[in-house]
Amino acid sequence: MTIPLRLTLNGQPREIALDDPRVTLLDLLRERLGLTGAKKGCDRGQCGACTVLVDGRRINSCLTLAASLDGAEILTIEGLAEGDTLHPVQAAFIAHDGFQCGFCTPGQIMSAVGLIREGQAGTDPERIREGMSGNLCRCGAYAGILDAVQDAAARTTEQREDAA
Amino acid sequence: MKTFDYIRPASVPEAVAAGQVPGTAFLAAGTNLVDLMKGGVATPERIVDITRLPGLSSIERLPDGGTRVGALVRNSDLAYDAMFEKTYPMVAEALLAGASAQLRNAATVGGNLMQRTRCPYFTDAVSPCNKRAPGSGCAALGHATRIHAVQGWSEHCIATHPSDFCVPLAALDAVVEIAGPDGARAVPLTAFHLLPGDHPERETELRPGELITALRLPPEAASFRGHARYLKVRDRTSYAFAVVSAAAALTLEAGGRIGQARLALGGLALKPWRVAEAEAALVGQVPSPDAYAKAADAALAGAKPTGEANAFKIELARRVAIRALTQAAAGTPARIPALPASPFGIV
Amino acid sequence: MTATASPSTLPAGGVRHGSSIGQPLTRRDGPLKVTGQARFSADNLPPGTLHAALCVARIAKGRVTGLDVAAAAAHPGVVAVMTPENAPTLAKDPDAKDGPFTFRLDLLQNDRVRYANQPIAVVIAETLEAATEGARLLAPTYAAETPRIGLDAGEVFTPPSVGVGAPAAESDGDVEAGLAAASKTIAATYETPAQYHNAMEPHAAVASWEGNRLTLLMPTQALAMSQGRLAGLFGISPDDIHIDSPYLGGGFGSKGVPAGPQVLACMAAKLVGKPVKLVPTRTQMYGPMGHRGPTRQTLRLGTDAAGKLTALDHHILTASSSFDDFFEPAGRATSTLYASPALAIRHEAVRLDTGTPLFMRAPGEATGSVALESALDEMAHELGMDPLDFRLANYAEVEPITGKPFSSKALRECYRRGAEAFGWAGRPLQPRQTRDKDGFLVGTGMGTATFPSLIFEGMARAEIRADGTGTVELGAIDMGQGSWTALAQIAADGLGIGMDALTFRMGSSDLPNAGIAGGSGHTATAGGAIHAAAADVIRQLADLATNDPASPLYGAGNAGVTAADGRLTRRDDPSRGESVTDILARAGRASIEGQGKAGADPAAQASYAMHAHGAVFAEVKVDPDLGQIRVSRLVGAFAAGRVINPRLVQSQYYGGMIWGLSFALHERAEMDPRTGRFLNDNLAEYHVPVNADVPAMEAILVHEDDAVVNNLGVKGVGEIGITGTVGAIANAIWHATGVRVREMPITLDKLLV
Repeated sequence: MTIPLRLTLNGQPREIALDDPRVTLLDLLRERLGLTGAKKGCDRGQCGACTVLVDGRRINSCLTLAASLDGAEILTIEGLAEGDTLHPVQAAFIAHDGFQCGFCTPGQIMSAVGLIREGQAGTDPERIREGMSGNLCRCGAYAGILDAVQDAAARTTEQREDAA
Repeated sequence: MKTFDYIRPASVPEAVAAGQVPGTAFLAAGTNLVDLMKGGVATPERIVDITRLPGLSSIERLPDGGTRVGALVRNSDLAYDAMFEKTYPMVAEALLAGASAQLRNAATVGGNLMQRTRCPYFTDAVSPCNKRAPGSGCAALGHATRIHAVQGWSEHCIATHPSDFCVPLAALDAVVEIAGPDGARAVPLTAFHLLPGDHPERETELRPGELITALRLPPEAASFRGHARYLKVRDRTSYAFAVVSAAAALTLEAGGRIGQARLALGGLALKPWRVAEAEAALVGQVPSPDAYAKAADAALAGAKPTGEANAFKIELARRVAIRALTQAAAGTPARIPALPASPFGIV
Repeated sequence: MTATASPSTLPAGGVRHGSSIGQPLTRRDGPLKVTGQARFSADNLPPGTLHAALCVARIAKGRVTGLDVAAAAAHPGVVAVMTPENAPTLAKDPDAKDGPFTFRLDLLQNDRVRYANQPIAVVIAETLEAATEGARLLAPTYAAETPRIGLDAGEVFTPPSVGVGAPAAESDGDVEAGLAAASKTIAATYETPAQYHNAMEPHAAVASWEGNRLTLLMPTQALAMSQGRLAGLFGISPDDIHIDSPYLGGGFGSKGVPAGPQVLACMAAKLVGKPVKLVPTRTQMYGPMGHRGPTRQTLRLGTDAAGKLTALDHHILTASSSFDDFFEPAGRATSTLYASPALAIRHEAVRLDTGTPLFMRAPGEATGSVALESALDEMAHELGMDPLDFRLANYAEVEPITGKPFSSKALRECYRRGAEAFGWAGRPLQPRQTRDKDGFLVGTGMGTATFPSLIFEGMARAEIRADGTGTVELGAIDMGQGSWTALAQIAADGLGIGMDALTFRMGSSDLPNAGIAGGSGHTATAGGAIHAAAADVIRQLADLATNDPASPLYGAGNAGVTAADGRLTRRDDPSRGESVTDILARAGRASIEGQGKAGADPAAQASYAMHAHGAVFAEVKVDPDLGQIRVSRLVGAFAAGRVINPRLVQSQYYGGMIWGLSFALHERAEMDPRTGRFLNDNLAEYHVPVNADVPAMEAILVHEDDAVVNNLGVKGVGEIGITGTVGAIANAIWHATGVRVREMPITLDKLLV
């Protein structure tokens, strides 16, 4: 059974003939499309390392069957930077040492991008901590992650205000 | 994961028709179902993907003052809906206290109602478990952990229901709207989830092939908006299941006495635990620690631990009920706290 | 990427002009890691690679009596099923031991099951989905036996050694006499549970064979040791094994030796004659990858009326597996921290039907520290003394038992700086005295941190070229501690060139053996080797210049020259110098290559005790009725010799302190004693902290010079943060509530009074 899928992946339209309905979005990205930025830390929605944006919302790609995403727009860590220019969240993670081993980092960053888009946390540290709690970091880089997200959220808000 | 046929119907009637075949499971976000399929706990032959079904994704205020929420509305969309949050604040708070932002962005209202237990003997796919493999026994009985039931359990199953969302919904008399081969019907949420009794494999009132289409909040549910809280005690500040939780809602009359009261407890049983006597004990009372304590005692009447490890939950639940009632009486905060439903979620 | 965006908290002092050492550079691997381009092992899928999935035992003891190989093989896409029947023959019994770092592995050598989640078969398929389902379809049947689970389940014995070759018992003076003479005594028993490393990255492996040559992409903390182990098992030369391990998604000790499933990937690739990728599931990591062994520790303390210890006795019961030895050396911290005329440490153990324990971040020190620091706190309370004053009263001026002086020990400064930053002074001595404005119980506590300064054998190669650029390479490992950056800083500094002029290579077994990234000794080891290799280059370069009458450096002598900014300069006259380019051009050389190595200095080790130290202060809030706990503040002050990169060091301290928080409040592997199966072998139920658990933190880098510890003067920073923190939090919870919880983790049910 082949399931035809039309996706917009990091801005590019893609047509995929899915030969197995069991394939999750995470495994589609990693094992079939060569996009290995999203990581598999638990494969069960318990760690957040696989976070990507689907239709602008952060989700766990490990629990999402690819077959159910026909027509969806997907943004992964590979599609975040504009050429060589890092997204403000990416730059902030470097500046604030928001990672150590870097394995959970693509998920953290995509989650932070989603969090900022949701517009519920602002720069409130407690709301950011809560909003980022779906992304485990075993190295314990949480202090830097908080600083990075606060910084990027503030910059994003400034940019929006400048634009307006 | 076991291989399955994948079907994507175009309408609710098509979905219901497709769902008639034994071995079929409906897939919404999959946050629970796909997890269980990976664990070998759920092994459907057929997946009917309802994610894109039209007409199940709206939140609408009904002419009678109630609200209908489509079964495919995502948890986060519901929690952040301005009308919904303002009208049913403790439901929004419970939604935001559950799982993680990523899971809430995906998980649906209907799916949340269908969430299965997190009893490790159920999820390990191999232990004796009457729920997963009827008649095989209950491995949890001889080694109950702190997550197991202290209310409503039977000698065949001591699992608990993991949902936060369902706890305030039960308190507010929410109604589950269902489509089936014989047409539509509605079941009160309090009757939707079944206690284990002799048949732990039967988890809900849903008949084979039936599909949840919406959740309805009756008109009176809105009257608690000013005095409603969800409180969730947990082992981790966030991204953790409830050890014990409580949804408490009151209306206060002009004289300051309690008009109506609602109290439901989570983490204790295989369904949100709601006791009529507890609520009755509050009606007409002046809000006070003593009144809350009486209500809490009534809610915990008959509670019985299933092992040393979970005995503490009875006293803890009593305290959580009292605290939630205290918070409800103090009034719903203007904004959901930064740490929703947390004891540390100080406004 | 900029090097200027430094948090204001980082110290600027002590940085030599022109040196990259001491500067808070951002991570050089940062851009790759934030864009998803850093390729971890499991991110590789060479052409033609097949996917493998493990089938693991769901009993803890017994035998596998049946595997439905036919069902698995019949599943579409399945290529092969590897069982004890058809697994490639190994050159060496995986149960043979030939050194302290050789651990027995489960490689399908028989049908025996000795712990839950032990691999019992491997399914190889064209897709990951097919392999995974194939493994499920094997549906094993067993002859199960009753497992031994829990510290009371086994027969107690004295292990021959603990940790890696440490004595099981150590003592000095007469403890019983010291206790008898004491004016105050306490005795208390503490328990710590089995914990699992849970690095975010699973122990993946992508293996391919070309004849008898093995290429292996896998995360490992020790490239050469892994080569050696695999060479032995497969009967080939270590030189025929190429391992790439550029990035580790955390290790924490669990990737210090090859895990069984990584070897199984190599065997599977051999079986099918194609590259194989095997990534264990999270659940499958609870068993064959090691864990922190459980402990039950009894401490007996005696003091005189002034609060001086008269005796300190530490007894530890721990556990290893039924088939191999690793005994959590929980008494280690006690042998170094406090002065006592009588001191005794004794480890005993039982054997359980679990996987073999292994070193896990601060092995021994983490477990021992919580018991020791809790007991110190209990004794201080007994004496009516401030816990910090009590520790100062028993400050060890020399290392207890050995009597050796410390190579450096700025612990007093750590206490002072930490206490000051935290606001320790004036804290009430009695518990349950303080509530915040919201009614939460507030408590504060402290603990001393310590970790030995280790160094292993390591080598490096360095080269400087006529164009002023240089290369340094070695088989070093970055598992998050920042080797890509800190080691490059040492390299650039050693060659006297800028970071931009440096090519730095590591993470491959083709490069010189840089030892194990563990024991907080990697910067000392790999950095020391780099330092030596670079010095070898500069020595040769200086020889060229100082012996050349045409050079402005002529006659300066080797020691009279320094290297910086791509130039050699006379130490006594900075105006006289010349560029590397000029020196090499005149000598007609394109480049100069040097070698260096690092290792322990036996003379220094015989004469000195070498440890990093610190002091951790914690504030907690506890709901008085519901027991829920939140750590609200953590301040640590640490002295660990020279700091190569303060930004990275601070992150290591934070990470360690968060591990301490995790130890104190969250981590516990739970098993059903009837079956030995885990009840929480996943990240939903085995808790580690989430962002919301982590409070405002401060890590103070206390200056410490150490001319003895190693050629760089660095001590390890990766593990010390856990020690001290667990005790500080446990003590703070007691101070908040008046409830002393002696069984970790401290969960809310234990505080319901």
